[in-house]
Amino acid sequence: MELFDNLALGFAVAFTVPNLLFALLGCLIGTLIAVLPGIGPVAAVAMLLPATYALDATPALIMLAGICYGAQYGSTTTAILADVASGPAAVAMATDGRQMVRQGRAGAALAVAVLGVFAAGCVGTLAIAVLAAPLTEIAFRFGPAEYFSLLLLGLVGAASAAPGSRTKAIAMAVVGLLLAQVGADPLSGAMRYGFGFAQLEGGIGVVVVAMGIVVVAEVIARLGRPASSRELLPRPVERSGPTRDDMRQAWPAVVRGTSLGAIVGAVPGGGALLASLAAYSVERRLAGAGGRFGRGDVRGVAGPASAGSASAHTSFVPMLAFGIPVHAVMALLIGAMLIKGIEPGPQVMASDPQLFWGLIASMWIGNALLAVVELPLVGIRRRLLSVPHRALAPVVALIACVGVYSLRGSAFDVGMTALFALVGYAMHKLSCEPAPLLIGFILGPAMEGNLRQALLLSHGDWGIFVDRTLSAGLLVLSALIVVIASLPAARRRREDAFVED
Amino acid sequence: MKVKSERDFWSGVVFVATGVGFAIGASGYGMGPACESADPCAASLQARFAQLSMHPGPGFLPLGMAILLALLGVVVVFKSLTIESPGDDRLGAIAWRPLVVLVCTVAAFGPALEPLGLLLTVPAFVVLASFAGTGPSWQVVGMGVVLSAASWAVLVRGFGLATPLLPWFAR
Repeated sequence: MELFDNLALGFAVAFTVPNLLFALLGCLIGTLIAVLPGIGPVAAVAMLLPATYALDATPALIMLAGICYGAQYGSTTTAILADVASGPAAVAMATDGRQMVRQGRAGAALAVAVLGVFAAGCVGTLAIAVLAAPLTEIAFRFGPAEYFSLLLLGLVGAASAAPGSRTKAIAMAVVGLLLAQVGADPLSGAMRYGFGFAQLEGGIGVVVVAMGIVVVAEVIARLGRPASSRELLPRPVERSGPTRDDMRQAWPAVVRGTSLGAIVGAVPGGGALLASLAAYSVERRLAGAGGRFGRGDVRGVAGPASAGSASAHTSFVPMLAFGIPVHAVMALLIGAMLIKGIEPGPQVMASDPQLFWGLIASMWIGNALLAVVELPLVGIRRRLLSVPHRALAPVVALIACVGVYSLRGSAFDVGMTALFALVGYAMHKLSCEPAPLLIGFILGPAMEGNLRQALLLSHGDWGIFVDRTLSAGLLVLSALIVVIASLPAARRRREDAFVED
Repeated sequence: MKVKSERDFWSGVVFVATGVGFAIGASGYGMGPACESADPCAASLQARFAQLSMHPGPGFLPLGMAILLALLGVVVVFKSLTIESPGDDRLGAIAWRPLVVLVCTVAAFGPALEPLGLLLTVPAFVVLASFAGTGPSWQVVGMGVVLSAASWAVLVRGFGLATPLLPWFAR
């Protein structure tokens, strides 16, 4: 069967020593670094984007992907061990996980969590492998009009899922689109918004924007907040693992969480946080009143952990099949592909099968690696978590500078990063979300290109976007997402979900 | 008129300003086929729009998006003046020290590398950046020296850039 052939190719690619090492590196960075306070998966991927310039596409993406799903392992175990939430899925698992630690059942909690994350990771990777081919079939029927509408759907979905004002999120997306205009117009060659700077001819680099807005600005913002003490829960004394009872209760929760997370993760605007929160609600409802839920029930750990992990994996599906990012991290991965000159979309599977299937295979390998090392890493994790953010700040800023400088040895670029750091801090103060801006910025050129091509095909008739059924359907979906997101119930749930630590 | 949400109000103002700025810029680039071409210049705005849509120029989309941004900004400002939000959604204190320290040190990093070399710039950067937090310590300086070696390895060995290690007087 073709799938097996493809997977065989994938594993052949993934099992080479360099790719294995990069997978391990990405996973370790994801689980240990990306969950440190002030550094999230977005910042971690941003800081490693410069590496894509020095590496081939496949190892680069393998490493960056490792950060993505590795961060799920890390945030899960960190949530259980530390007293302050430090990752997307953390909020959901915190309650029951920490209760279990307090009851002396840390080993059980951690084991269940890691197993849940691993199981969901395997299923999620399998979903990618199975769904990829049929979805790319569909995507090949897309013309520029459909593609534009699809990209718009992705953009609108991400903007609607952002916390806070939806109008502001959409405005941020437009700002991102406008920033992408800076540089030479690909169709006519005319220079736009260059202010006479030759360095802007190729446009503003995604690394520059990401480092400034996501990395440095976040450091500034964090330093501006009163230092929050992070209490690590008492070192778990018992070495025992989960009981048979625990496993018996946990595995249905894993199944439920995985299914839920798989769906939520693939929808534009979905993400690990939403997935694990949804799974937590489901488990809570199923557990019913009374009983141990909220007081150390394994289901409260297993469900959200699996959901977060499944969603982190299925988020790759729209990215690999269509080139649609469901959230900012995926957008940065698309940015990495663009840096390597790969046009994200359905043709990637056919034109670069080694990259496509090698990436999928490496996700399995990465999950296996993490499942093995995650628990032994607890000691290192505790030490890392005890480093105050103030000590990390100069190092993070330096990594940002060196990373940007490595792109083309340009002091101009680093200066632009400083500018974007200022912009990013202003956004933070004004409660404007960076994610829609990043997604708009990365999708901007593709959206403009497809829009102009569609208009060319239709001889200037804007009706092409609604005349063609698929495109019209996608536009309707976009409108629906905007409407649903503005309903009071949805808004309240979003507010609850994004509680700052 | 009382500002019900400070953050939203200023966000909206920034959006409007940014939209106007981009629009002014875009109007300098061609919108599409010029009026002096073979086809007679369209009379109404609608017809002109249709004419431009056939061959959108470089300024066409930026102008449209800039207008959209400005409109969204107006909506945001309007909402900030009418919709109640808890505690007026104040901006809160601006973290001047980390902001100024980090923005300036990052901006200075680039120009400093050529003359000063990695060995001086990196530790200086790390020490100066630490002022954004609690200020430098000997560990920070030590870390800076280690990081300058690491940066050299990454930039010169890894990326093949010709970044100097030593300052100009030691070369």
